[in-house]
Amino acid sequence: MAAVWFFQGANARLSLGPIDLVIIVVYFMLVLGIGLYLKKYTHTGEQFFMAGREMSAWIAGLSFISANLGSLEMMGYAAATYQYGILVAHAYWIGAIPAILFLALVMMPFYYICNTHSVPGYLKLRYGEGARSLSAISFAVMTILMSGINMYSMAIIMKVILGWDIHFSIWISSLTVALYVMAGGLLSAIFNEVLQFFLIWIGCAVIPVVGLIETGGWAGMVHRIQTNFPGQDFIHMWSTTGSFTGNPMGVHWTGIVFGWGLAISFGYWTTDFLVVQRVMAAKDLRSAQLGTVIGAFFKMMVPLIVILPGLLALAVLPFHLVPENQAGQLGVHTYNEALPLMLARYCGPGLLGLGVTALVAGFMSGMAGNVTAFTTVWTYDIYKPFIRKDAADSHYVSMGRWCALLGVFVSIGTAYLVMNFSSIIVYAQVIFVFFIVPMFGTVILGMLWKRTTPAAGFWGLLAGILTSFGLWLWVKVDPSALQHVAFSAQAKDMAENIYRAMWSLIANVVVTVVVSLFTKPKPQHELKGLVYGLMEIAPEGQFPVFQRPVTWAAAVAVGFLVLNVWFW
Amino acid sequence: MGKHFIPIWFFIGALLVLYGALILGSGIYGLFVPPSHPVAMSDLHIGIWWGAGMLILGLAYVVRFRPNRKDG
Repeated sequence: MAAVWFFQGANARLSLGPIDLVIIVVYFMLVLGIGLYLKKYTHTGEQFFMAGREMSAWIAGLSFISANLGSLEMMGYAAATYQYGILVAHAYWIGAIPAILFLALVMMPFYYICNTHSVPGYLKLRYGEGARSLSAISFAVMTILMSGINMYSMAIIMKVILGWDIHFSIWISSLTVALYVMAGGLLSAIFNEVLQFFLIWIGCAVIPVVGLIETGGWAGMVHRIQTNFPGQDFIHMWSTTGSFTGNPMGVHWTGIVFGWGLAISFGYWTTDFLVVQRVMAAKDLRSAQLGTVIGAFFKMMVPLIVILPGLLALAVLPFHLVPENQAGQLGVHTYNEALPLMLARYCGPGLLGLGVTALVAGFMSGMAGNVTAFTTVWTYDIYKPFIRKDAADSHYVSMGRWCALLGVFVSIGTAYLVMNFSSIIVYAQVIFVFFIVPMFGTVILGMLWKRTTPAAGFWGLLAGILTSFGLWLWVKVDPSALQHVAFSAQAKDMAENIYRAMWSLIANVVVTVVVSLFTKPKPQHELKGLVYGLMEIAPEGQFPVFQRPVTWAAAVAVGFLVLNVWFW
Repeated sequence: MGKHFIPIWFFIGALLVLYGALILGSGIYGLFVPPSHPVAMSDLHIGIWWGAGMLILGLAYVVRFRPNRKDG
């Protein structure tokens, strides 16, 4: 039957019915209730900041992936798919799976066995105070900035789509997160993230199911896309990347493999404490590794609810979406509205409330990830070493609780700052590349090479950050520099970020190696449990093959290869 | 996970039961009182299928992970 579209131009919004509102209100009540319920189980620092380190593999794994599955990411990647096609799925496959499996099998033993509270905490043990301070401060700044940017972007989307007041969206969602994190710390955040994982999947999966029925399956969808956008290739992942001009993103396969698949992906998945903290809370090393592999599997599946809706939008929407800078014209919808528009297309009363709840849940899980990571890094890596060294454990727990509230308030402040300087949003990815990507080089060289020295840890990290910042500034001052930084004057923002990440990592590794060769390494007895070759890991031989992390990691790796070949 | 908590799976099950019932009920209501602006593919009555699926999944979780279950 003919679809009746109930968007009536740019000023019209989704109309939520009473059942939709009940679904949203129940969700808020439940997440708060879970936080308050868990408060009585979080008295010590280990319980509040590390969830008592007693999470099962499934809980740690689902929480790990849920903290990454923010609504902004979901809507952003659906929008990017509308713009660039299935090429964006690289963010979920080569841009995630190898790095997550590497984290599970190679890096997790180091993080877990040294019994630290955070990634900067590992750097303290491995390199000393210099590298830890630089990484902790840059991580704290980045987390708050990203949190504020995400918060504002989410509020804007809620305003455009639902007509919700920006201030209402910001304050209600943020304070809810602050309350449940204050109450139950990481434990509460992890519990709610698992709940949010279910809601996100069940709420968003309606679109691909009904969408593929409408288009007559994958082949029907492809046919419609080719009819709607003749001459453009939206459905191949690798075959169009042999040149910079052969694909809508303006990226070469080398950039995808080395920039996206190595620098950005390994930087984020192996050293961003926001996600790593979840699996460090597992009850033992095997659970931490299995949880990470479970996270990898579900990450590989996320394109079903993010990329596929973007492709379906190309196939079925009766109008073309436009870039953000053309927003505001009557009857025009932007790329960022791709996912909400598809929700509106297929979801009637009840399901629409579930879909909106999924988006809100995505926002809250991402924000809780930021808040808990910030709280831990602030308390253990900034407050404890520099402000108050020898306080009682209860003092640090109390600091963590207030820090959660303070972190949310600072994020809200950042959101209002962004409101006045909206161009900051454009820099969200840039900020990420500044701070996180170089950390990977510092951490991995520290784990795998005994010769890496404390001085090299600090200077390598600083060199990576400065290289990234310097290249960004160079292109800002002289746009023609893009052809040197990204190898193509036609490179889009995403491609420029990918190449800048690659240069940043190279600078980090080169400086770390060179400084190491000219400075004095730590004695071996101080590196025990921190470096490859000086760490004892219990063999997995006593577990059946199907209970070993390496078995499931291999299965995920095979799935990853098959998917890449399938959509070549 | 420590056995002293009510398992998170129970909370998830309870929420799915409630949401499933609401969405299923809304879908059945829509059968008899069609909305004035039906969504695309509304003849699939996806709300009924989705709501029923959530209800069944939620019930399974609630029963399997109920707090007083002996082997839970």
